[in-house]
Amino acid sequence: MKKWKAALFLCGFVVYFTFSESSPALAMHITEGFLPVKWVIFWWLVFLPFLFIGMRSLIRITREHPELKLLIALSGAFTFVLSALKIPSVTGSSSHPTGVGLGAVLFGPWTMVVMGSVVLLFQALLLAHGGLTTLGANAMSMAVAGPLVAYGMYRFGKKWNISRRWTVFFAAFFSNLATYVVTSLQLALAFPDATGGIAASFLKFAGIFAITQIPLAVTEGLLTVVVWNFLSTYSSRELSQLERGV
Amino acid sequence: MKRSLLLLVVAVLLTVAPLLFIPHSDFGGTDGQAEKTIQVIAPHYQPWAQTIFEPPGGEVETLLFSVQAAVGAGVIGYIIGVYKGRANKREEAK
Repeated sequence: MKKWKAALFLCGFVVYFTFSESSPALAMHITEGFLPVKWVIFWWLVFLPFLFIGMRSLIRITREHPELKLLIALSGAFTFVLSALKIPSVTGSSSHPTGVGLGAVLFGPWTMVVMGSVVLLFQALLLAHGGLTTLGANAMSMAVAGPLVAYGMYRFGKKWNISRRWTVFFAAFFSNLATYVVTSLQLALAFPDATGGIAASFLKFAGIFAITQIPLAVTEGLLTVVVWNFLSTYSSRELSQLERGV
Repeated sequence: MKRSLLLLVVAVLLTVAPLLFIPHSDFGGTDGQAEKTIQVIAPHYQPWAQTIFEPPGGEVETLLFSVQAAVGAGVIGYIIGVYKGRANKREEAK
């Protein structure tokens, strides 16, 4: 990276830290029991078809291209690591990256639906983080919306010939943000504000978390690019196979 | 490789900076705060389900989170190693 770019980044951080202030923030995943029953059922019903598509896509890829299993495992492991890292943010609270961007860029959005859901299930069962009743809603945000946005960014970058590294960075960045936007929306739908309704409630939920999440999204983007760099150095063959589509 | 190192340094800086810039904060999880926001908007809402298993105490929870991260990191390291080995072999074959 050139010197002026580094300087620009530094200025950006200084401005950011000067103007961001401490405020309560919100939601990585919706805690067990914190969604009303009808919304639990609703989000599970919305989520199940995606899970089905995801399973089918995963089975198809592993059957037709067994040599790609290693890369699938890598994408899954990446989500596993990143969602275990609770990272402090500028608002004085912690949240965590999702890590679904990498797999979505490599395999398209559907494979990561399964991976993300497995991670959520693990955290719901063993870590009391998220929950089984809220799993449908949490999976929609982290395992469906996140990968879809990442894949959209990837296609966008490819179409406009943006450098692959930046494309991967922004795919991860926006997939992280998308996850939390959807979570806020879900909470706003379930808990509309008494006076302002859903919109006011959404702003309340989303407006606060946005600041917490932005530096984490940047961190997630950077870590995703690091792994991407490794892959493009050592497994260019698999990557170009995926480029052509599996 | 140099570039990756730089990216990692920036990631670490981004993580450490809040700790330096914001004193008097315990950096609590955001999901806990979401619960509080819900209680503000809907004070009469009662959570109707409980987690089946909750790690007894912060230490065990930390252990489980570390295990999760360690397993993932191990897998990533192994797979990148496999790819590097293959790449080296291809080089030698040339």
